[in-house]
Amino acid sequence: MRYIAVLILLLAPLTGHAQDWEDQQVFGSPNPTSTLRILSSTDTSFFAPIIESFIVTRPDIEVHYFVTGTTELDDVFRNNADQFDVVISSAMDLQLKLANDGFAARLDGISHPEWAQWRDSLFAFTIEPAAIVINNAAFADLPIPATRQDLIEVLRENSEKFMGKVGTYDVRQSGLGYLFATQDARASETFWRLMEVIGSLDTQLYCCSGDMIDDLMTGRILVAYNVLGSYALARSETAETLTVIFPSEFPTTMMRSALVSNAASQPVMAEAFVNHLIQLQSEGEPRDFPFLSLAEFHGTIGRVSISLEPALLTYLDTLKRQTFIREWESAIIQER
Amino acid sequence: MTEDVVVLGSLRNRLVVILTGGAALLAIILFLFVRGYATLIAQQGQDSILSASVSSILDAAVLRDGNVELDFPYASFSMLNTSADDRVFYAIYADDVLLSGYEGLAVPQLQAGNEGTFASATYDGAQIRMASATRTLIGADMPRQISVTVAQTQDALSDTLNRISSNVALFGIGFFALATALSFWATSTTIGQLRRLTTAVTRRGPQDLSPFSKPVPSEMAPLVGSLNTLMLRLDHSLKQSEDFIAEAAHRVRTPLATVRSYAEATLQRVKNLENRNALRAMVRAIDESSRAAGQLLDHAMVTFRAENLNREDVDLVELLGDLVQRMTPIAEMREVTLKLDVREPTQMPGDPILLQNAFRNLIDNALKYAPSDTVITVHVHAAPTLSVSVKDQGAGFPADEIHKLAGRFVRGSDTRDQIGSGLGLTIAQDVAQAHGGKLILSNRPEGGACVTLQF
Repeated sequence: MRYIAVLILLLAPLTGHAQDWEDQQVFGSPNPTSTLRILSSTDTSFFAPIIESFIVTRPDIEVHYFVTGTTELDDVFRNNADQFDVVISSAMDLQLKLANDGFAARLDGISHPEWAQWRDSLFAFTIEPAAIVINNAAFADLPIPATRQDLIEVLRENSEKFMGKVGTYDVRQSGLGYLFATQDARASETFWRLMEVIGSLDTQLYCCSGDMIDDLMTGRILVAYNVLGSYALARSETAETLTVIFPSEFPTTMMRSALVSNAASQPVMAEAFVNHLIQLQSEGEPRDFPFLSLAEFHGTIGRVSISLEPALLTYLDTLKRQTFIREWESAIIQER
Repeated sequence: MTEDVVVLGSLRNRLVVILTGGAALLAIILFLFVRGYATLIAQQGQDSILSASVSSILDAAVLRDGNVELDFPYASFSMLNTSADDRVFYAIYADDVLLSGYEGLAVPQLQAGNEGTFASATYDGAQIRMASATRTLIGADMPRQISVTVAQTQDALSDTLNRISSNVALFGIGFFALATALSFWATSTTIGQLRRLTTAVTRRGPQDLSPFSKPVPSEMAPLVGSLNTLMLRLDHSLKQSEDFIAEAAHRVRTPLATVRSYAEATLQRVKNLENRNALRAMVRAIDESSRAAGQLLDHAMVTFRAENLNREDVDLVELLGDLVQRMTPIAEMREVTLKLDVREPTQMPGDPILLQNAFRNLIDNALKYAPSDTVITVHVHAAPTLSVSVKDQGAGFPADEIHKLAGRFVRGSDTRDQIGSGLGLTIAQDVAQAHGGKLILSNRPEGGACVTLQF
């Protein structure tokens, strides 16, 4: 499916917009005077309240919300920067590279903490830690792992039970998965040992957190590593079935960020939308803003492990990426 | 007198212009120098970070099975984080083939073993600073040359420079303001010395030719010295000429008296009318010369005494009463009544000889010009200021000459048939000035002249 998407992407300039979106929704007026196009990696359900509250005061606009994976989002936007006004992604590194490469417009009218924005063009509006999510039923008679080391031990000791039942991001497909993996690897050697263990259990690879949580619910997999905890917590029915664990030895966190395309056709509205997002974030009204606000994050988890700085470009380097993917593949996809 | 002086520019203005201009120039030089220096330092700072980033990437390069691997550390770019969130570009080349990074970075041609070079350029519309270095990897088959360029925009740098610039500009303006205030102060102090000297010169009386004794700055000493010498010479030559005139008048007056007595005697003896007339004319001419010589002597005497004024209490009523009494016979000869009008006893400090001389000249003048059967009144006023006026009922002064009649040897245009030297009013004026007063000439509204000595 991904390859078709890439193929379509390559043909996109010829065929108009035959993009294969994960989701695509239109909000707002039936006869709009202008259209705001948002390209996002975040599920529509999360952004719907934010968009709804945005268009309340703007009855004559419509908002097109396109959802796709982080890596694909990067590709699509780089090739069609004028087709989108706002870009929202959880892959901080790709977002920062977009801004660094001059795709983002500078917004001078937005006040935001220095650490949560870059160059007045990339604005983080929520912080989310990566989580270990487990199926409660599978761990009924097992200790609940609190750290990565615990997880390694549990998996090793119960390799038969977990064979083929462990899921994680396919870092080759998912920009966010790649970001989590590289930052894990940067933080601790434990990551590689965990990858070796997961790899030996014939791991399932996913494009997205949503899919992983779906499979956890059905019991197709029992453990998922580096999942977005917010996706699991957001589903009311998961509470019984799943447990979300934030590893206690070191958190791997990412910031969801928004930028306005330098080639936006609605730059004023796009800036207004980003401003709206930032304001919702700081007001922290849970009904309209279903994410953890920056202030709340500081209250609970307390430390941002990935900061918005040019160093994020490091693992996007072709050579670095080749090396990392090769090592990751040799750990995860073990030829037996 | 200043209107006669050719003025070219002003010392004060010149000083102020030179000093403030110099201060402005210094402030600008200071600004440019500090800014330039700050730019250099800031640029060196950025260069050294870029260079560190480049070498950390280069250091990570290894050859594995003939392929270049570059597992460079996170810190390579982390160290490029700036407060202004500068954009970062880089390019990694192996043997001039782009391995990774940004295309189109103008990478300089580097020779193996190069220490590293720096360059400024424009990339994607932004001003960037680039650092490049190269390294040769020796593999199994052939050596490969790896070159790395790391570039960064200069927003943080220009922020810093702008901050430094505005601080230095403020400093420069402050320096300039201070220097300007100082220069005004220095100028006014310097000019003040000149002004004091000018005031000292201006305040002097017309006769005062004594040397300046107040201390002056060394730079002005030659000027004051020259001025003193000049005044000494002037004083000397003035005295000489006064002495000469007095001597000459004295020498002339005695023989003239002899000649006059001979002429009088001859007149008694000569009967011929024609000869008598000639002799009378002669006596008259002798009188005129004698009177002129007398007045010249008077003037010399007044000048001398005025310079060394001897003040004592003078009873003006007594002095004028005496004078009027002595001159009444002459008045009667001319059929003129001479009256003294005094309301109260009046005294003043002064030189009685000079005062008497001055009043005599005034009364003498009035007698000369007063027609017959008129009254000449001498008024003494004690208030508001002490003054003595002599009023006649004659023709008065010609209105167009009234202001210059007190000059030496100046005579009115209507005095051709009168004996006179033109020194009478001058003497009166000199006496008045020596006593700190002045001579006022006016015409009375009811006719006649009025000469007032006001003290």
